[in-house]
Amino acid sequence: MAKINSPVELEEFRKAILNRRDPDKSCITLCSGSACNASGSAAVARCLEEEIEKQGLSESVEIRKTGCHGFCERGPIIVNNPGGVCYLQIQPEDVPEIISETAKEKRVIDRLLYTDPESGEKITHEGDIPFYKNQQRMVFGPNLSIDPKSIDDYLAIDGYAALSKALTGMSDIEVLEEVKKSNLRGRGGGGFPAGQKWEGSRNAAGEAKYVIVNADEGDPGAYMDRAILEGNPHSILEGLTLGAYAIGAHEGYVYVRQEYPLAVENLLLAIEKAEEYGFLGKNILGTGFDFKVIVHQGAGAFVCGESTALMTALEGRVGEPRPKYVRSNIKGLWNQPSVLNNVETWANVPLIINKGADWFTQFGTEGSKGTKIFSLVGKITNTGLVEVPMGTTLKDIIYKIGGGIPGGKKFKAVQTGGPSGGCIPENLLDLEVGFDELTKAGSMMGSGGMIVLDEDTCMVDVARYFIEFLTDESCGKCTPCREGLRQMLRILTNITEGRGQEGDLELLETLAETATEAALCALGKSAPNPFLSTLRYFRDEYVAHIEEKRCPALSCKELINFYIDPEKCRGCGSCLRKCPADAIIGGKKLIHIVDQDKCTKCGTCFDACPDKFAAVTKLSGVPVPAAVPEEERTIKKSK
Amino acid sequence: MDNDRVDQIIDKHNGEASSLIQVLLEIQSEHHWLPKSALERVGERLQVPRTRILHIATFYKAFSLVPKGRHEINVCMGTACHVRGAGRVLDVIEDVIGIKPGETDLELKFSLETVNCLGCCALGPVLEIDGTTHGKMAPGETADVLLNYE
Amino acid sequence: MSEILLEIDGQKVKAKTGMTVLEAAKAAGIRIPTLCYHEKLEPYGGCRLCIVELGAGERKKIVVSCVYLAEEGLVVTTRSEKIDRIRRTIIELYLAHAPDAFELLELAKEYGADRDRFAKEASFCVHCGLCVRYCAEVKKKFAVGFVDRGTRKEISFVPEIAAEECWDCKECFPLCPTEALQAAFVLMRALSL
Ligand SMILES: Cc1cc2nc3c(=O)[nH]c(=O)nc-3n(C[C@H](O)[C@H](O)[C@H](O)COP(=O)(O)O)c2cc1C
Ligand code: SF4
Ligand code: FES
Ligand code: FES
Repeated sequence: MAKINSPVELEEFRKAILNRRDPDKSCITLCSGSACNASGSAAVARCLEEEIEKQGLSESVEIRKTGCHGFCERGPIIVNNPGGVCYLQIQPEDVPEIISETAKEKRVIDRLLYTDPESGEKITHEGDIPFYKNQQRMVFGPNLSIDPKSIDDYLAIDGYAALSKALTGMSDIEVLEEVKKSNLRGRGGGGFPAGQKWEGSRNAAGEAKYVIVNADEGDPGAYMDRAILEGNPHSILEGLTLGAYAIGAHEGYVYVRQEYPLAVENLLLAIEKAEEYGFLGKNILGTGFDFKVIVHQGAGAFVCGESTALMTALEGRVGEPRPKYVRSNIKGLWNQPSVLNNVETWANVPLIINKGADWFTQFGTEGSKGTKIFSLVGKITNTGLVEVPMGTTLKDIIYKIGGGIPGGKKFKAVQTGGPSGGCIPENLLDLEVGFDELTKAGSMMGSGGMIVLDEDTCMVDVARYFIEFLTDESCGKCTPCREGLRQMLRILTNITEGRGQEGDLELLETLAETATEAALCALGKSAPNPFLSTLRYFRDEYVAHIEEKRCPALSCKELINFYIDPEKCRGCGSCLRKCPADAIIGGKKLIHIVDQDKCTKCGTCFDACPDKFAAVTKLSGVPVPAAVPEEERTIKKSK
Repeated sequence: MDNDRVDQIIDKHNGEASSLIQVLLEIQSEHHWLPKSALERVGERLQVPRTRILHIATFYKAFSLVPKGRHEINVCMGTACHVRGAGRVLDVIEDVIGIKPGETDLELKFSLETVNCLGCCALGPVLEIDGTTHGKMAPGETADVLLNYE
Repeated sequence: MSEILLEIDGQKVKAKTGMTVLEAAKAAGIRIPTLCYHEKLEPYGGCRLCIVELGAGERKKIVVSCVYLAEEGLVVTTRSEKIDRIRRTIIELYLAHAPDAFELLELAKEYGADRDRFAKEASFCVHCGLCVRYCAEVKKKFAVGFVDRGTRKEISFVPEIAAEECWDCKECFPLCPTEALQAAFVLMRALSL
């Protein structure tokens, strides 16, 4: 492949790609994202290849393996083009029929379609499924139509047009001004205005300047950056190159966690291809602009997502944050001006340059423009990645898109912002998502994790969970974080295990203040948030644990007992067979009893008991009733 | 791992001290742990003090200073898996193989680790054994999955 | 080097550019408590005892004085109810590790810290990093370093280097705020392996 040397050549090349493609040719798009892979997408892919070959359709049917489509709950997903017929939860057995019926005969296979849970109707097209219909997929949308390993696919959807436009039609200042005007705020944490950060670096003195992608995504329960990295790596590279042009950088880094091997692979390939085509490297598109990108793998430390720690790690050192009061856009990597932005932030840049700031600002709220991708997970029917305009209410996201809480359970709270964020209770569900709105509610946008919690989730345990996570991930450099979190974890663990004492909450609040005010970096400063926000909205749960030794959500192991209601037990033996601890005493036609000394509280019996009996219950804060005496355990004929 | 191979890896990264973490990652992924001799070689070649290398090798979670078991189990402890009962799954695994996260059993059969989100929240609770993901784990079924490994 | 003028606790203080707030205060005879600070070493900002408030009224912010550079016209408060409360908590957190360390007990007296507020910890180390940094920055021997992270972080001697260097040096011992207990202990353990 010869380098593309000018915008004209690029457009000619693009036209050639499009001309080579026959829009009527059958193309089976298969999601090969991480979640779909885990539910069998690779096996489906193999079957597709074999079956196409077997049915002699190699010439007329092609397969495109894409990144995550977002609806991971129902993976593996197939979209049949042209026509866009969408099949969910595909297994290898379904493949022959898909090929013979849909690919060949263009007939729709009803049983593989999505069924609307409300109307019971079948839905043929991906975009009509309520999960997708209520989204606005600007950044994430292209994932559906490109193979991340093919640069031609990216070019076919206007890829690198923004770069070409900027390098030849706009001055570096114009690019900067456009991004400033778009009010794009950082998608990775604090929501700092990207344009302002860039401007600082642009104006700062330095021998060299750097642009950096934060692809560390350490937030547990969030994977939207992964989906873009794996599914559309060129969009990030294009954004990064535009940033480099705007601030005058010639070297960029992607700090990506090694736990994402597919992301690393696709990114390295994308860089290689972009260099080959002339979108990266020397004399990009023949304009004289040079820019190279280096991939640095993170070795597993959440704190390395913090900007100064990340830059320290890039220098090959232990990723401890630096105690500095100079912003890293002025003095960052190797002490030079360095712009660090999140994956999603960078991926927004080509859109802004292509379509203009005015187009971009029509989405969103006054303070937060554009869209945001959330990872909607936890106790939610439609788990997956959703992209919505800023300003969408939490209620719409959870109910319209997410389909509500499964199993007829009651919603309790939604946790946003990861370990630095907080929990938002039911009465605030009308809240419109945006940086400032979420912060005001005691949480934060963070990188976009949205974990739905139902009535079975204990809020004290949620706080304990995040503090435990942070105790493990703290770098250990400063005292309020290292020692403060250690003590907070100890106290919270005591509370969830029934050893809470009067004064614990006050002590926790003191430790929270110490960390918030005096910790060195944002990890420690924001670490108390999950505790503070759960205390703010669910204080009664803390009090129940401490004063009554009771877990209202019936979740804390040390505070609950499993008990079989002798009135309801029909002696079916389901629990007895499944209990991994041999803690159930019972037999044919006998009332079953949980041996409390042997019970490990794994909850298997609770799940095993048939719904129609629902004899296994959880007790908390009350003594377990004495077992029925052995001679009285025979079950009389059911009434 | 012999010094020649270590040297090759270092050369691939141009022998720059700033590549230290990348070099160690490559040794780790090839050898599954970081032997002392390899660390010493890296220190000599990249001119990095041993204390700094040890700090790095213990600070980042990807590195191990002791040999790993034949099968590496990663239990996802991300928030989504946590609220769906990952803790109970982990309890069962600890019970069955008799080790805690971060440990390897004496026969070098299993190494157990917890990780923070495998990006498969839709399938939670999730665990990964030797790179294969097992989704929707129930505590009662976990023991059966482990039986498949020798 | 040009001179700048700032205000610390209501007192006009002269400093040179490049000086930290802590150094400026010291030069003016104003005492700010520190634990991880050492004049021969790079600022570390780990113990957080040296926090001060900048500005006045609503827009106050807390910074560590050992890192923050003195600026013209800066208004600094070194003690307030809030600062004292945070320092007290930090001292109490330390006392959970080293309940008998003289330096800490002195500070505890000054700030009314309770020696037994938090459950005791097994290690004496308060992670000031003075031994580690002194060995690296001043002696350039790298005999002692940190390992691990977070609450598991601890100091560790490299036996091969320690055996050659440490017997005749031991300069790090007197630096330890817990009276050399931790450094001596860890060194002995390393050498007896
Ligand atoms: C402990 C900690 C972890 C962080 N992890 C991430 C991360 O994984 N990804 C990310 O983009 N930003 C992360 N951030 C935020 C970054 O420090 C930084 O603000 C962000 O990358 C800037 O990019 P943005 O302005 O585009 O959001 C983290 C911050 C802290 C304090
Ligand atoms: S706040 Fe925590 S993570 Fe940040 S520097 Fe301090 S110890 Fe390290
Ligand atoms: S991985 Fe296939 S939809 Fe998410
Ligand atoms: S002396 Fe300033 S943080 Fe320790």
